[in-house]
Amino acid sequence: MALEDYKGVFIFAQQVDNEISNIALELLGKARDLANDLDEKTVTAVLIGSDVKGLTDKLAAYGADRVIVVDDPELKDYRTEPYAHALASVVKEFKPEILLVGATAIGRDLGPRVSARLHTGLTADCTQLEIGDFPLNPVPGQEQKHGQLLMTRPAFGGNTIATIACPDFRPQMATVRPGVMQKIAPIADAKAEVVEFNPGFVENSCYTKILEIVKEVSTVANIADAKILVSGGRGVGSAENFKLLDELAEVLHGTVSCSRAVVDSGWKPKELQVGQTGQTVRPKLYFAIGISGAIQHVAGMEESDMIIAINKDENAPIFDVADYGVVGDLNTIVPLLTKKIREALAKKAG
Amino acid sequence: MKVVVCLKQVPDTKGGVKFKPDGTLDRAAMLTIMNPDDKAALEAALRLKDQYGAEITCVTMGLPKADEMLREALAMGADKAILVTDRVLGGADTWATSQTIAGAIRNLEYDLIIAGRQAIDGDTAQVGPQISEHLGIPVISYAEELRVDEAAGTVVVKRQFEDRYHMVEAKMPCLITALSELNEPRYMTPGGIFDAWEAEVTVWGRADLKDVDDSNIGLKGSPTQIAKASDKVKKGAGEKIVPESADAAVDYILGKLDEKHMI
Repeated sequence: MALEDYKGVFIFAQQVDNEISNIALELLGKARDLANDLDEKTVTAVLIGSDVKGLTDKLAAYGADRVIVVDDPELKDYRTEPYAHALASVVKEFKPEILLVGATAIGRDLGPRVSARLHTGLTADCTQLEIGDFPLNPVPGQEQKHGQLLMTRPAFGGNTIATIACPDFRPQMATVRPGVMQKIAPIADAKAEVVEFNPGFVENSCYTKILEIVKEVSTVANIADAKILVSGGRGVGSAENFKLLDELAEVLHGTVSCSRAVVDSGWKPKELQVGQTGQTVRPKLYFAIGISGAIQHVAGMEESDMIIAINKDENAPIFDVADYGVVGDLNTIVPLLTKKIREALAKKAG
Repeated sequence: MKVVVCLKQVPDTKGGVKFKPDGTLDRAAMLTIMNPDDKAALEAALRLKDQYGAEITCVTMGLPKADEMLREALAMGADKAILVTDRVLGGADTWATSQTIAGAIRNLEYDLIIAGRQAIDGDTAQVGPQISEHLGIPVISYAEELRVDEAAGTVVVKRQFEDRYHMVEAKMPCLITALSELNEPRYMTPGGIFDAWEAEVTVWGRADLKDVDDSNIGLKGSPTQIAKASDKVKKGAGEKIVPESADAAVDYILGKLDEKHMI
C-alpha cells in the first residue's frame, strides 16, 4: 500500500429513510477542521442508499466539497453486506486518507466490517480527533510521521483515555461518538461536486433479508438536543418522586434525564440515560440531582456549559465536576427552587 | 447444530474500579468477570442447546487465567472450551484479535457463532463484525431476540437501531452479536460446577491457528497503535456550599442562574 496515494478526508454520510442523520453533519464539521490541517483540503461525503441523490445539497451546505453517491435499490434499508461493499468499493476507487463513520447502531456494524475488508485500523467511539505527529515525541530509531490522524477515545468505562494512531495503513478510520463534534452553520446555496459511483451489487451468501421494519415512535424527548437538562439519580428515591424534577424542568423549559441507576431501577426509560452506556450531552445547564457522579455518568455530561449538583452526600464525586454544588436534601430544595423560579419568571414577565 | 460462543474475560469496571496511589488503574486488584454481553451470548447458545440439543464450544483469547472464566461457562452448560493463549498474540488491537479468533474458529465446525456486542473494557463492538468478515459469513449485530429455524438453515434476529428494529433473516453459518438485553443468563448449577473443574479446557497457541499470517497477529500485526494513554484528566471542582436551610440553598442557585442569564 503506497500511503501517499491516499488523499482527502471522507465521511460516511449516514441516511435513514432518505433523511440525512445528524451525525453526518457533525462529521462534516470535524472533517472540515481536519482537512484544513492537511495538504489535501477536499472534504468528501459518501452517500449510500436508494434514490438519495436529492440529499447532496444538504451535505454541501454543511461543508462537503464533493459527494460520492452510491445509489442502488439493494441499498434501500441498511444491511451490512451491500453497504460494506459500497463503502469498501468507494475506498478502493477513491483512496481517502481519512474515513470517518458515526458511532451509531449502523456505523458500529459497518465500520468494523469495512475496516476488516480493507485491512486497515479502526478506532471506536472517538471523542476527539486532530492532526499531529506519531509518535507524539521523537523516539530514537523510529521515524516520526507527520500529518497523522490522532484519535482519542475513552476506555475502561471512561476511567482512562487513549490516543490512537494508524501510521502504516490507509485510510485511517474512526467511528465518532454522536453529539460530540460540532456541525458548521449551514451555507445557503452551497453546491458540491457530485460523483455517481456504482460498484455493482450481486447477491451472495452474506446478504441478509429484512422481514420487517418496526419504528419505535419515541414518546420521550431527545436529551441530546436539550439546552437545559434536569437529571436525576438513585437519590431521587422513586419513579413517583421524579415529579419534583418534572416540575423543575417545566418551569425552566428543560428536559428530564437520568443516570444508569434510574434506568436499571425501571424508573425512567433507557432513552433518557446520560453517560458512557447512555447518551453524551452538552447542554447549557445541567442539573445533577441525587446523582452520585460515577465516572461512567460524568463521561456523558462533563462538557455541559454549567453544572449544578444537589446531593445530600458531601463527598459525592459529582461535586468534583460541578461548577456549583449544594449539599442538602433534594426533597426540600427542588420544590422550593421550582416555586421561586416560577415567581421570578412571573415578576419578569409582569 | 453446532454453536461457537466468543467470550472475553474483562476487569469489572462497573463497581470495582480500583486505582493505584499514582492514580492509574490497578488491574491486578480488580476482579475479573465474564464480559456481560458475552454472557448473554452464551445464554442464547444454551437456550439453543435446550431447544435443539445444540453443541456449544466456547472460545476465548486471553491470559492463562481466562481458564477460570471458561470453567464458569462449562458450569453453565457449555460442552467444550478453548483457550487461545500465546505471548506472540499479546498487545493485539481489534484487527489482530479478530484474525486470531477467526483462525481458531476455522478449526471448528459451526452453524452459528454468537459473540457479545462489546466488552466493557474496550467498548469497541468491533471484534464480532471483524471475525465475520474474515470468515466470509454474514453478521447481524445488536441482537435483541434470536430464533433459529434448523430445518431451513436460517436464523431470524431482532436487530436493534436507535429508533427502530429490523427483523433480519440470515442463512447459516452466520455470526450474531448479542446485547445483554437478549436474555437473563442462568446461574451455574452445583453439578455443573463440580463437572467443570473435572472438565478439560483445550489450550491452543499460535501454531494452532488456521490460515493466519504472522503479520496479522499480536502487537506487530495491529494497524492501530497507542500514541498516549492516560487517566482521564478531571475537570476541576467548582464551588460547593453546605447551606443552613433550603431557602439559603435556593437563593444560592437562583443567584448563579441569574448571574449566567440562565433564567
